[in-house]
Amino acid sequence: MAGVIASSSRRVAALRLLRRRLFQAVPLMLGVVVINFILIHLAPGSFLELMTAENQVSDPATVELLRKAYGLADPIWLQLLKYIWALLHFDFGFSYRQNMPVIEAITINLPATLLLMISSIALALAVGVAAGVVASVKVRTFWDTLVSVAAMFFFAAPSFWLGIMMIVLFAVKLGWLPVGGMMTIGGAGGGVASVLDILAHLLLPTLALGLFYAAIYARVLRSSMLEVSQLDFVRTARAKGLSRNKVTLSHVLRNALLPVVTILGVQMGTVLAGSVVIESVFSWPGVGSLLFDSVSSRNYPVVLGIMVLGTLVVICANIAVDLVYMWLDPRIEIR
Amino acid sequence: MALPLEVRGLSTTLFTRRGEMKAVDGLSLSVGAGETVALVGESGCGKSLSALSIMRLLPDPPARLVGGEVKLNGRDIVTLTEEAMLDIRGQEIGMIFQDPMSSLNPVATVEKQIVEVLRTHTDLGRAAARERARELLELVGMPDAGRRLDAYPHQLSGGMCQRVMIAMAIACSPSVLIADEPTTALDVTVQAQVLALLKKLQTDAGMAMIFITHDLGVVAETADRVVVMYAGRKVEEASVDDLFDAPLHPYTAGLIGATPTPGAARAARLADIPGMVPPLNALPAGCAFAPRCPRVMERCRRERPELSRPTPGRLVACFAAEKDFAPKDGA
Repeated sequence: MAGVIASSSRRVAALRLLRRRLFQAVPLMLGVVVINFILIHLAPGSFLELMTAENQVSDPATVELLRKAYGLADPIWLQLLKYIWALLHFDFGFSYRQNMPVIEAITINLPATLLLMISSIALALAVGVAAGVVASVKVRTFWDTLVSVAAMFFFAAPSFWLGIMMIVLFAVKLGWLPVGGMMTIGGAGGGVASVLDILAHLLLPTLALGLFYAAIYARVLRSSMLEVSQLDFVRTARAKGLSRNKVTLSHVLRNALLPVVTILGVQMGTVLAGSVVIESVFSWPGVGSLLFDSVSSRNYPVVLGIMVLGTLVVICANIAVDLVYMWLDPRIEIR
Repeated sequence: MALPLEVRGLSTTLFTRRGEMKAVDGLSLSVGAGETVALVGESGCGKSLSALSIMRLLPDPPARLVGGEVKLNGRDIVTLTEEAMLDIRGQEIGMIFQDPMSSLNPVATVEKQIVEVLRTHTDLGRAAARERARELLELVGMPDAGRRLDAYPHQLSGGMCQRVMIAMAIACSPSVLIADEPTTALDVTVQAQVLALLKKLQTDAGMAMIFITHDLGVVAETADRVVVMYAGRKVEEASVDDLFDAPLHPYTAGLIGATPTPGAARAARLADIPGMVPPLNALPAGCAFAPRCPRVMERCRRERPELSRPTPGRLVACFAAEKDFAPKDGA
């Protein structure tokens, strides 16, 4: 308790946290790989059957050759060990559908998903925090009720339905925004025009995915703000002669954000899962679309690869959230 | 010259679902420069609400200031706008609260919290404000002040947190300092240090101080004058010596009797005041203290005693005390 922790030692603590988290990630990744591998092999059929059927291969010798080539002839535990060994060399296998290594198929799609995830979370935070602050400052007024009702709506509405409704309204009826995809086919002319084109395509999926989380953050932040504003140090801040806005933003909000950040960390995984659905609705060329396509074509190497990389993304996002949490609350030494 | 603080007929009502309760009922007090007035009473008697009323920091709802005036250096601040009050809080009136650990923002450094007052009320730049914050920490006796600037409240002890609170309260040299139970949450040894510090700062700067406490030991050490409150009303006011020599109100006598004195015979039990402070929405018709009073008379239950001045410099609201001082006829 005695030592005064200067900012430099907080940096050391952050690095320690980073090291520990990365270390913990190893058994976690292993668990994810093993469980997903087994789950997928428990499912009936394999991509081999679909592949041979699609290509009208019926010669048993050829099928057997393919089975050997894809390593499906080995017992499952050996396949698993071989897979893990390959993963250690960043070899995720080969995707026959895309006719390229799995890792390539995924990395082509990954940026689109990351873009959608990041923009959705950013929107959720911006809208959720703003709405939560307004609702708590104007508590028990029209604005508070408005935020509550809107939050209830976006929390209850399934995101795929919301997506479809927004397509109907903004894309089909009003024609303001594109129906789907990530950019206009044929290109928008490059440079700034291309960026604007992508943003126009990004808006609806971001809203469909992000507003659900915005609703949660708004409600959590509202109650957290109301709770914090009752605390002693808020009265101290007012006794210092700070204006109400200053007190709200620099004393109440800063403390009230902590539970929001906690939820954000927990929800990183569900944002990724949610993007699978939204990507299908909006034909967004991301990992979600790839996953959907791979599951229906039993392209299991790709499915497994997405699971593994998805886990990696969620782990990284959680580490980032922990670091933000640590920065927000100096009392916490995350273990 | 006008007194630093003059309060007249201050009334604060709690508007609750169970009805209106007069939490502070016509409180008057004045504090001169360099003087310490202690506000004494049991929990719930309206001490803290009086202080918050003066600061216009009442939790509204349910509390609202319904009457009276608060003159700060001759200017009534009850009628000021909230905007104008911002310049008064922290600059002309400083306030220290009970629990220093929870009264500081847990996620801001000591520096940020002190600098914030300075930058709100003065033109100091960032670097100058930091330097001034360090000086203030040295002034309040913070060991290793320069390094403590970067500390967070949870890294400091209760006594150190209270020193930070005091540094913030006096940062802009206010003419009035309100200390609301500043030592209640602290260890006894630290209490003595903080009291000595407050006393010294006050004497050096000639501040008027209102010292709120329920601890008569602390009162004897710090106050010049004492205002005793019961159920939202002032029941006695006297200089600290007079009050301890000869308390006039039975409630004051009860409080003094309930305070342990070192050296007193072990066998002598502390006298307690029977009963509890009545709830504010169920005050008795007459004197609020009547149900617990050892000297209660028939009149006390019907009529509420007003403040009278039995001897110069003393005020008391009690029929029994009035009788003691009444001119005896036929003697």
